[in-house]
Amino acid sequence: MKFNTTKRHFKEGAKNIFRNSWMSVASIGAVTTTLILVGVFLALILNINHFASNIEDEVQLNVYIDLIAEEDDISQLGEEIRKISQVVSVEFSSKEDELDKLMSSLGDDGEMWELFEQSNPLSDVYIVKTAEATQYRAVAEVVSQMDFVDEVNYREDTVDTLLTFNHYARIIGLSFVAALLLTAMYLISNTIRMTILARQEEISIMKLVGAKNSFIRGPFFVEGLLLGIIGSIIPIGLVVAGYYYLSNYVNLAIPFFDWLPFNPFIWQLSLLLLAIGAVIGVWGSVMSVRKFLRI
Amino acid sequence: MINMQGVTKVYSNGVTALNGIDVHIEKGEFVYVVGPSGAGKTSFIKMMYREETATEGEVILDGQNLNKIKNKEIPFLRRNIGVVYQDFKLLPKLTVYENVAFALEVIEESPRRIRRSVMKVLDQVGLKHKARFIPAQLSGGEKQRVAIARAIVNKPKLLIADEPTGNLDPDTSWEIMKIFEDINANGTTLVMATHSKEIVNKLRKRVIAMENGQIVRDEQRGEYGYEI
Ligand SMILES: Nc1ncnc2c1ncn2[C@@H]1O[C@H](COP(=O)(O)OP(=O)(O)O)[C@@H](O)[C@H]1O
Ligand SMILES: [Mg+2]
Repeated sequence: MKFNTTKRHFKEGAKNIFRNSWMSVASIGAVTTTLILVGVFLALILNINHFASNIEDEVQLNVYIDLIAEEDDISQLGEEIRKISQVVSVEFSSKEDELDKLMSSLGDDGEMWELFEQSNPLSDVYIVKTAEATQYRAVAEVVSQMDFVDEVNYREDTVDTLLTFNHYARIIGLSFVAALLLTAMYLISNTIRMTILARQEEISIMKLVGAKNSFIRGPFFVEGLLLGIIGSIIPIGLVVAGYYYLSNYVNLAIPFFDWLPFNPFIWQLSLLLLAIGAVIGVWGSVMSVRKFLRI
Repeated sequence: MINMQGVTKVYSNGVTALNGIDVHIEKGEFVYVVGPSGAGKTSFIKMMYREETATEGEVILDGQNLNKIKNKEIPFLRRNIGVVYQDFKLLPKLTVYENVAFALEVIEESPRRIRRSVMKVLDQVGLKHKARFIPAQLSGGEKQRVAIARAIVNKPKLLIADEPTGNLDPDTSWEIMKIFEDINANGTTLVMATHSKEIVNKLRKRVIAMENGQIVRDEQRGEYGYEI
């Protein structure tokens, strides 16, 4: 497309927004409201996802070995566990290693455990990892049936709860967001319809003198695009400011929650909001142009 | 230039506006289309720039079958045709200059060519000195001259006018006819639907008379032939 044509489309599109000022304000308001909620929702969901996948990485299956097992029995058990197809790694950790880990994880309080260094109450352990977090349940069942296995455990509750929460939050959030997006799109398409009706005369002359259909449509697409983009400014500002505040202050209050880092996460999110705004704007105008321009 | 064969137009409400039209118009001709209101004059000329399509029959313009032309090609077809209406159809907020330039801007002409062509055509219709006026500041005749300027600024091969003098007094009408004669003398084919007996009888040209969607008379240097 020629540069002059593009320039003209933008000029006309911008003019349309001012001509239809009340309708424009309403559609920009709808886009703004929608994108604020979309932004908050996405920030939440993506952080929970991030948190969940961190926890998933930390999940491991501990196989506690019977105290009566001989060295041969232990290595044979290890071989058998390795043979299970979902298992990706098996690591042996002796009871001395386990005691060290326990003591260091407890910090200063751990010192009292030094008493146990003479008669260690812990077991030798195989630390097993599977490819997917969801496979632990099945693997745990198989391993618990093996000889010289005293007990197996993994952080099943934590993972399951988090994944379930994430699942429902996503479904509810997404349907809510979809309804809002449709409303915003509908308002934009209505605004464009008003413009088309107001410019009927001009459009009919354009057709008469041989303007291409794409040329006639141009300003209406630009109008939708601009409404969408303008509508995304406030949401982006709020999301950036809010996340900045959150990651700098609230972060300290909930130390165990590992927030996605402000940079680059918030810039990616901003770009996404801008893109969503642009898409619903253009889509809204496509709907009206198709219906009312009849070209 | 224009060839119609067995053209029938039935509108969606069931009205038959054209009923078996056969006509041939040569390049460079000047043709009046006359007949009572509702005879089908407007429908007839709308066939020529594909504002309407034939329900039956063929419309050939410059070798192109307008029934078969693709939607995408219509704009390019219209660039070779100028159309003038009784009610001018000017954009009220644009100046005379801008109204004419509009026709070239929307077909993406270069700004240089637009400036040159617009001033030239305004000179041709005698409105150069009113280029900065808006339509509300013009008389009816002047408005029609702006509409004509817009219609011919892209040098069309065919100029179509639907009762162009219908809203004008006799003196002003003659000014407009003078411009049409000039345009036609320069080689543009001209088709004009009119109710003006005086014009048709004084400025003798080919006359196509219509009634009830049919051509009832077609004469070179014809007369108006109706008493109203
Ligand atoms: N768009 C339309 N839809 C339905 N009927 C129409 C339409 N345009 C014209 N007609 C009908 O077709 C007939 C011919 O009209 P028209 O071509 O405008 O005649 P004229 O220009 O000679 O007055 C009339 O009966 C008119 O009511
Ligand atoms: Mg008519």
